Amino acid sequence: MSLLLLAEQVLNGLQFGIMLFLMAAGLTLVFGVMGLINLAHGSLFMVGAFAAAAVAGATGSFVLALIAALAAAAAAGALVEVLVIRRLYAREHLDQVLATFALILIFSESTRWLFGSFPLFLNIPEALSGPVTLPGGIQYSLYRLTLIAIGLAVAFGLFLLISRTRLGIQIRAGESDREMIAALGVDISKLYTIVFALGAALAGLAGALVGAIQSVQVGMGEPVLILAFVVIVIGGIGSIKGALVGAILVGLTDTLGGLLLPLFFGLFMDNAAATSTGSALASMSIYILMAIVLVVKPSGLYGAKA
Amino acid sequence: MSRETLINTALALALLGVPLWAYAVDEPFIITLATKVAILALAGVGLNIALGLGGLVSLGHAAFFGIGGYAMGILASHAQTYTAITDWPVLIEGTKSMPVIWLVAVVASGIAALLIGALSLRTSGVYFIMITLAFGQMLYYFAISWAAYGGEDGLSVYVRNGFPGLNTLDPIQFFAITFVLLLAALLFSARLAKSPFGLALNAARQSPQRVETIGLSPYRLRLLAFVISGMITGLAGALFADLNRFVSPTMFSWQTSGEIMVFIILGGTARLFGPVAGAALFIILEHILGGLSEFWHIYLGLLLLLVVLFAKGGVIGTLAGREQAHD
Repeated sequence: MSLLLLAEQVLNGLQFGIMLFLMAAGLTLVFGVMGLINLAHGSLFMVGAFAAAAVAGATGSFVLALIAALAAAAAAGALVEVLVIRRLYAREHLDQVLATFALILIFSESTRWLFGSFPLFLNIPEALSGPVTLPGGIQYSLYRLTLIAIGLAVAFGLFLLISRTRLGIQIRAGESDREMIAALGVDISKLYTIVFALGAALAGLAGALVGAIQSVQVGMGEPVLILAFVVIVIGGIGSIKGALVGAILVGLTDTLGGLLLPLFFGLFMDNAAATSTGSALASMSIYILMAIVLVVKPSGLYGAKA
Repeated sequence: MSRETLINTALALALLGVPLWAYAVDEPFIITLATKVAILALAGVGLNIALGLGGLVSLGHAAFFGIGGYAMGILASHAQTYTAITDWPVLIEGTKSMPVIWLVAVVASGIAALLIGALSLRTSGVYFIMITLAFGQMLYYFAISWAAYGGEDGLSVYVRNGFPGLNTLDPIQFFAITFVLLLAALLFSARLAKSPFGLALNAARQSPQRVETIGLSPYRLRLLAFVISGMITGLAGALFADLNRFVSPTMFSWQTSGEIMVFIILGGTARLFGPVAGAALFIILEHILGGLSEFWHIYLGLLLLLVVLFAKGGVIGTLAGREQAHD
């Protein structure tokens, strides 16, 4: 195996991890501030991807498509929050799971009804297509590199938002004591809507960005949602930093496991058996990582007490 | 007889009566639908032990449903081709006998539930939901990449497995098997809830600290409940595979976990017959709405949303009123 291939796979893992972070950040924020488990977060990812594909198809502009994805996901998020989610904050987790499961059914089938069952395609913008040569002679897709850059920029922006702005102060205060900040005159239900819409917009952005490198179809959100859950379990609920570290760990484990495990088994097995054992184990590797973290730290790497 | 007992009896009689009527008028498809209700209700009865009695919101019970299904698929496909599953260290051959398949399905899903439960129960609340979901998904991907047993395409079995003394190819006889198993599981579940174990488990759900103070370990109680729950759902999985004569990774998918939970909630959480009412309602809706519109899941979603937001007790709760303190 060449070092170049390894470097390329590390970058792929990083890119995958950063996109998972965009999903996990919204989930963990919503859980941290409102105490809500939202299964429909994957649907917002899908909404973003479909909005981007539809707008890019109509206008041909990728920037407009991204704006549409952000707007559509944030609007869908705000709407759902006001109509449904708001009634669930005081409920037990079982009710939240079921109501948001119902929302997945509604979102998925409505999208199928609007756009049909066939996948849509979202093209990589002209300016970002093709490879670039990185130091060391590594050829790598410029688009994927841009995804890493955008993701890191969003992570940094989110960090500034939470640690430096008034909204961030309110979010942090909401995490520790919601009655108190309501008593201090903050409109708590407006704050919740904003936080939910913010999480939704991040999911929609991820959907649109990832939509250009895979097909845009109904049900694309749920596998990502479940991986985002794994990320949160590893990183610790409510911690943005944990989400970032967990996402990158999961991204790298998934990508490198698929590459290295078959090679590893190839050392002492024949080729066909090594490939099948290796790929079966690779598909389980991130869950094994999660299990190890659970045994060592049940509340996640950066979590408060579970 | 309380109102809930009355409703339960009526439900059991209806589930028995409808296929008997269908048998009389020669409508085998309706018998198959009733069989499906009985099997899915059985899966729900399994989950309800963890969810209703133990308060463990497991979103990964498809794992056990799928393991039960694959136990049937693997054993029956080897018996079909007369090949051994393994010849080392001991010779293990496939089988077409339902009781043997059930035993394997129950033991295998019990072991899986022990492993998954031992890890997941180290946490609680929302972590537990996410982790059980993740472990279910792990097995889903494993089944997809397991090329020896069909991978993504799944496994077909040409002839339904046999039960001594019965002709399982006859829909009404296969229904009878599933109905008896469902009743047995319901009886077991009712006895379990009133047993010392069930009472301690219920107490651990309401106040783990107090249970710990009197010297019981909530962790062990929950783990045992989770294992029993997984075993029953695994049995349902084996029956479901036999009904379709087909297993595929879909049985492991997170939607399956969600649907098993939906049966319970539509019927009424922690109600003995909740899963029966819920599974029946689900199949009836699938049949009626599915005929009206290709997008019937939208209506299912709306209904589920309404039940969760406004009618917390589900079907049985609405009909039978508030739950009695010790029932």
